Amino acid sequence: MNFDLSDEQSLLQDTVRRWAGATYPGLEQLAAARGEPLGFSEARWNELAELGLLALPFAEADGGFGGGPVEVLVVAEALGRALAPEPYFASVVLGGGALRLAASQAQKDALLPGLMDGSSRLAFAHSEAQARYDLQDVATTARPVEGGFRLDGRKSVVLNADAATMLVVSARTSGARRDDDGITLFLVPADAAGLTRAAYPTHDGGRAADVTLADVFVPEDAVLGAVGEALPVIERVVEGGIVALCAEAVGLMEALHELTVDYLKTRKQFGVAIGSFQALQHKAVDMFVALEQARSMALYATMMVEAEDAEERRVALSAAKAQINRSARMVGQTAVQLHGGIGMTMEYIGAHHFRRLATIELTFGDTPFHTRRVASETGLVSVD
Amino acid sequence: MDLRFTPEEIAFREEVRTFFRTEIPAEIRAKVSEGRKLAREDYVTSQRILNDKGWAVPHWPVEHGGQSWTAVERYIFMEELMQAAVPLPLQFNCFMVGPVIATFGNDAQKQRFLPRIKSLEDWWCQGFSEPGAGSDLASLKTRAVREGDHYIVDGQKTWTTLGQYADWMFCLARTDPAAKKQAGISFLLIDMKSPGITVRPIITIDGRHEVNEVFLDNVKVPVENLVGEENKGWDYAKFLLANERTGIARIGMSKERIARIKRLARTTPAGAGTMWDDLDFRSRLASVEIELKALEITQMRVVAAQATRDPTKPDPASSILKIKGSELQQATTELLLELAGPNALPAHRDDAGHNDMDSLFAWADTAAPTYFNMRKVSIYGGSNEIQHNVIAKAILGL
Ligand SMILES: Cc1cc2nc3c(=O)[nH]c(=O)nc-3n(C[C@H](O)[C@H](O)[C@H](O)COP(=O)(O)OP(=O)(O)OC[C@H]3O[C@@H](n4cnc5c(N)ncnc54)[C@H](O)[C@@H]3O)c2cc1C
Repeated sequence: MNFDLSDEQSLLQDTVRRWAGATYPGLEQLAAARGEPLGFSEARWNELAELGLLALPFAEADGGFGGGPVEVLVVAEALGRALAPEPYFASVVLGGGALRLAASQAQKDALLPGLMDGSSRLAFAHSEAQARYDLQDVATTARPVEGGFRLDGRKSVVLNADAATMLVVSARTSGARRDDDGITLFLVPADAAGLTRAAYPTHDGGRAADVTLADVFVPEDAVLGAVGEALPVIERVVEGGIVALCAEAVGLMEALHELTVDYLKTRKQFGVAIGSFQALQHKAVDMFVALEQARSMALYATMMVEAEDAEERRVALSAAKAQINRSARMVGQTAVQLHGGIGMTMEYIGAHHFRRLATIELTFGDTPFHTRRVASETGLVSVD
Repeated sequence: MDLRFTPEEIAFREEVRTFFRTEIPAEIRAKVSEGRKLAREDYVTSQRILNDKGWAVPHWPVEHGGQSWTAVERYIFMEELMQAAVPLPLQFNCFMVGPVIATFGNDAQKQRFLPRIKSLEDWWCQGFSEPGAGSDLASLKTRAVREGDHYIVDGQKTWTTLGQYADWMFCLARTDPAAKKQAGISFLLIDMKSPGITVRPIITIDGRHEVNEVFLDNVKVPVENLVGEENKGWDYAKFLLANERTGIARIGMSKERIARIKRLARTTPAGAGTMWDDLDFRSRLASVEIELKALEITQMRVVAAQATRDPTKPDPASSILKIKGSELQQATTELLLELAGPNALPAHRDDAGHNDMDSLFAWADTAAPTYFNMRKVSIYGGSNEIQHNVIAKAILGL
């Protein structure tokens, strides 16, 4: 058993942490970036490209660095800690994940160079308002027509869709709304005729859009993977996303815990540091326990995400996300509580961590959803 | 022993219920229910309607516009008001400074301030907390120095809720720097238009402007604006905080939110049906309802006991109401957020209502801010940790 990072991975961690820490030392820099039209700065995005982070998870044969889940964990955690607003998750982890898993060589050749050098970006336009967390619930349709398909439907809360040049869109080529079979992925340029994006800020300081597809034509070679068989790909993209979210949440919780312990040492009431009150010490300890439980499950998710067996993978990822969600809520709420009034303000950076943790809980499955999934499969402890 | 309301109490409940639901504008009540921002005018409109009926301050002494209601009737009134999503009569006016002036103020102050407090012609804010004095309020540093017929006040207040709307602030200031902590504090009424006052907004975690910092720089306050005796302000503040705590369980608000969650769950898609079909979700909701029922009975026991208590002394049992009441309010906001699910992420959708699905979730943009904002209820009004200390000491004798 070995939980240590390799030398290269440690180097990667140092690099990303250093970049994130220097780029977003405080709220002022963060607010400036969020104030940009797309919610982040192109210049910073290009810096991520120069650091090689945009090419990290792609195969060396395709010009990438061949990074695996551990590399994603390291990057997501470091960016999460600093609340970095760049669409790394939407474009590289989700969009890039779909390409990695399903794109033909021709599609990779056409898209990866731009993605890796920062000149183009992806968004993963899968979720729909009625679907909640059910990945097979797709009402958007794709009708076969001469030379391609026509897409109709509406995708909801597509992260960073306004910053994307290309969207990975799921649509039904056959079957009923909640069938497993019959879903197909398409590559749809953001400027395709009939595609509109209504973008808005999200409650965690990020951005998303509702994407409407009205009779959008895409040629046959826009199909990503096999027609009607996209659900397993979508599941794997989301599993990769869950690993990144778990890691990001750990980064956020770690930062919040540090902020809180520092505050307990410095804030004085009744003539003493409030950290001298045992009631608060114990809460800080409970936060620490929750953080370590979350860290363990982020590592577990990272190790299990490439398991061959789909059910084993699904249970493991759900278990991880459920634990992360629970820890995130506990750590976030307690951090605010122990800060008193300051914790309730946007001027306190930890409030931004708290908000992001809350939206992570609602992304790709909340606690009840994932707990139920673990319960409905074989669970984690076998009977004999 | 009888838990049921008498026929008279039931008739009273019907009367107030009908009034709230027919006389207070539906738009204002919808804003409260949906967690949308109320304009200053909304508070004023609502409170004026109550005041015209004689119901803005039923708990005040009758000679100042109160009603001779029983404790149970007062309780019914507040519960119905909250369940109808009527904005609470401005707390700072009706539950804080009003009762203090009515109890400890002089006749001139009563005549000058009380009518305008209850009609909300004057908007009051609470200037107690300071950057260095939160839970340890008695360590406050703002100073008031007597110069002839004025005090000169210098210092800083913070977390001043809705201070941006305020005409007046009731303020604790140190008048005897030599005295020990609680002993040298006075209770002053300060005109917010006085030269030397600066109000700086603080944006809260829900992205709204709810609280402020108030800087006092050489502010002249006429001596006639001292309430009661100099250096006795701490006693009045304790009286005020005790009043604040009994009303703080907000059971009616939690009930209103639970009812709303139930209505919304029936139209919120989940799986092949709606969230209402999800028994796990309903069990979680029911768990909160069960605790809320227990708290409601506890609150009624505290109310019943009040009849025989000295009203100037805080009842440590009110700390139970504060702890559980705030936890349950927070629990309801967590359920609301769960119900909204991923549709809670958008801060605002400009084209909400664009299609059927969108209008089904048009409510969801306030779920997260409501959840964020309600974290405050375990912090203010004496934090829940402080309430634990109160119970440990005053009830358990530890
Ligand atoms: C939204 C909001 C609105 C407010 N509105 C007003 C207003 O209008 N006017 C006004 O005057 N004030 C207002 N307050 C201030 C409020 O009363 C204070 O925030 C509260 O008293 C806590 O003080 P603090 O924020 O300084 O936290 P601190 O007192 O610094 O507390 C920090 C943490 O330490 C804990 N703690 C402190 N002492 C102890 C102890 N002895 N034992 C165990 N734990 C302890 C607290 O529980 C908390 O978790 C408001 C606050 C908020 C959040």
